[in-house]
Amino acid sequence: MDMITIPAVNFTPILPEIFLSVLAMVLLLINVFIPGDRKAYLGYLSFVGIVAAGVLVAAGWGGHIESFSGSVVLDNFATFFKMIFLVSAGLAVLISDQYMEREGCNHGELYPLILFTVVGMMLMASGTDLMTIFLGLEVMSVALYVLAGFNRKNPKSNEAGLKYFLLGCFSTGFLLYGMALTYGATGTTRIAKIAAVVGQMSLPSANIMLVAGMLLMLTGFAFKIAAAPFHMWTPDVYEGAPTPMTAFMSAGPKAAGFAAALRIFLVALPTLQVEWSQVLWVLAVLTMTVGNITALRQDNIKRMLAYSSIAHAGYALVGFTAGNGTGTAGILFYMLSYAFMNIGAFAIIILVGKKGESNGNVQDFAGFGVKHPVLAVAMSIFLFSLAGMPPTAGFIGKFYLFSGAIQQGYIWLAIIGVLNSAASVYYYLRVMVFMYMKDPTEEFDWMQVTAPMALCVAISVIGSLIPGIIPSLILQFAQQAIKLI
Amino acid sequence: METLFFLIVSLVAIISAILVVTCRNPINSALSLILTFFCLATYYVMLDAPFLAAVQVMVYAGAIMVLIVFTIMLLNIRVNASKSQSHKIVLGSVIGFFTLLNTAVIVFKSRVALPNGPLTGDIIKQQGHTELIGREMFTTFLLPFEITSILLLVAIVGAVILAKKKI
Repeated sequence: MDMITIPAVNFTPILPEIFLSVLAMVLLLINVFIPGDRKAYLGYLSFVGIVAAGVLVAAGWGGHIESFSGSVVLDNFATFFKMIFLVSAGLAVLISDQYMEREGCNHGELYPLILFTVVGMMLMASGTDLMTIFLGLEVMSVALYVLAGFNRKNPKSNEAGLKYFLLGCFSTGFLLYGMALTYGATGTTRIAKIAAVVGQMSLPSANIMLVAGMLLMLTGFAFKIAAAPFHMWTPDVYEGAPTPMTAFMSAGPKAAGFAAALRIFLVALPTLQVEWSQVLWVLAVLTMTVGNITALRQDNIKRMLAYSSIAHAGYALVGFTAGNGTGTAGILFYMLSYAFMNIGAFAIIILVGKKGESNGNVQDFAGFGVKHPVLAVAMSIFLFSLAGMPPTAGFIGKFYLFSGAIQQGYIWLAIIGVLNSAASVYYYLRVMVFMYMKDPTEEFDWMQVTAPMALCVAISVIGSLIPGIIPSLILQFAQQAIKLI
Repeated sequence: METLFFLIVSLVAIISAILVVTCRNPINSALSLILTFFCLATYYVMLDAPFLAAVQVMVYAGAIMVLIVFTIMLLNIRVNASKSQSHKIVLGSVIGFFTLLNTAVIVFKSRVALPNGPLTGDIIKQQGHTELIGREMFTTFLLPFEITSILLLVAIVGAVILAKKKI
């Protein structure tokens, strides 16, 4: 037996992951000593930790370091996505405490679980090995199943957790089967090596095992990003899960799914782009249309935003179908701005809502504009941004996604996208009609707007407006991020 | 001889797998599942992977199945005569059958030359299967191995939160 040589290990690429994991474990320990009415301190601590992790992540900008014999990489692509995850987690932490306190489920384990979800998402974005990506996805998913069912006394939350768990396991099976077949066809799980092996094949599209593996992986990721026809779980899970977790789930994990899928398909399988872009074309059209048309007739606002989040995944898939610089940079830009506008909208929904998940219908927003003009303006900005109106971030994001498609010759895809976007204006504006033009049906007793909540709304407003007014601020980073892959 | 053995094991695996989903009594389903796992372990032995076979028997056919059987007994699940949704079953069977047929045709028509990895059967026999797995796990796949510990921690914390009576 010869000596085993341990490969050189550089911890720099996974420094934020290590930091957040340790922080999560420390919080789990601290949680034991903190009485039930002071759990908010854990939230403050984890917010500080997330900001610190953001500094760590930002410090890695511009570098390119591979480590753990090619299991993980630090590059601009990973750094940009890690920032998106931290933004969504930070905002979700800010809006959690008030809601959890009201619903009577402010268990301290919430914050460590959010941090673990971020660790999983980060590993998905920076993983350059199918194993790393898969395990990152599992860490993220397992934590999310628990977060969806976190409100243990609420049957709807239980249903959300169980449904997400069962369907999530099922979809993970697809993903893993696809990875196994890809491994069988190429003999490696390293993304760079897969690209090399596939590049040497004379006709990769005739390799049935590789194509089957690709399609199964696509199915697995389509489930995670809630693309139609794999979206059936989304409305029930988003409606049943605690609202802050719904906000988090629709922003962070969706971006993580895109990060891993982009890396696998653009780096490992660019030779099969003709094949996978055809499938993505259909997925994008279906996802946008199904999401928007079903959202039109929703009264529950959480359910409406769930369907709208399906539609937004569809817009991002338009950029993915194009697969060129503009389209993929558009995805990165869009995912970041979507995190701001979506979590902002959910923060307002939490403020309007009452104990026991009631007051969550569009009608309950009647008179909101008169009673709370500042919050109503914020909500209007979020809704305008979701609808994609200038000068908000949502408009610029959609602009780049669709122009990426046009550059690649997908004219019809862009037309369908724009039509869908126009249809979506209806249900976003409907909320605003209720806010400004209807009188309140009943007297509401407003809950206090806590400082973290106000901070979250303020950050979200800035995040939904600034990239729309000065797009180059974010876009130049997004363009640098996709250069390396 | 090996082909014959493979066919017999496959037949048993398929029949027991069908029994898992068709048995009305959950205990029978669980026992059929054990049989399926044993058949899978046999495949691993045939593929010169004795370590995986042992793990398959110990973890899946042993530990996990004991857990499942215990859970079934503790919950005392009754055989419920649920309303048969025959039209859904028929529709599902038709779609499933044609998908299977389609896949079978494509697989039989295409001959894919699979790459040979560096670890041939001779090397595995010479160095030992278990040693090679251990070596890979702690060198090439060191990071994924470590992530597994985080995954298990998250699962434990999650199980406690969802299931413990008072937290």
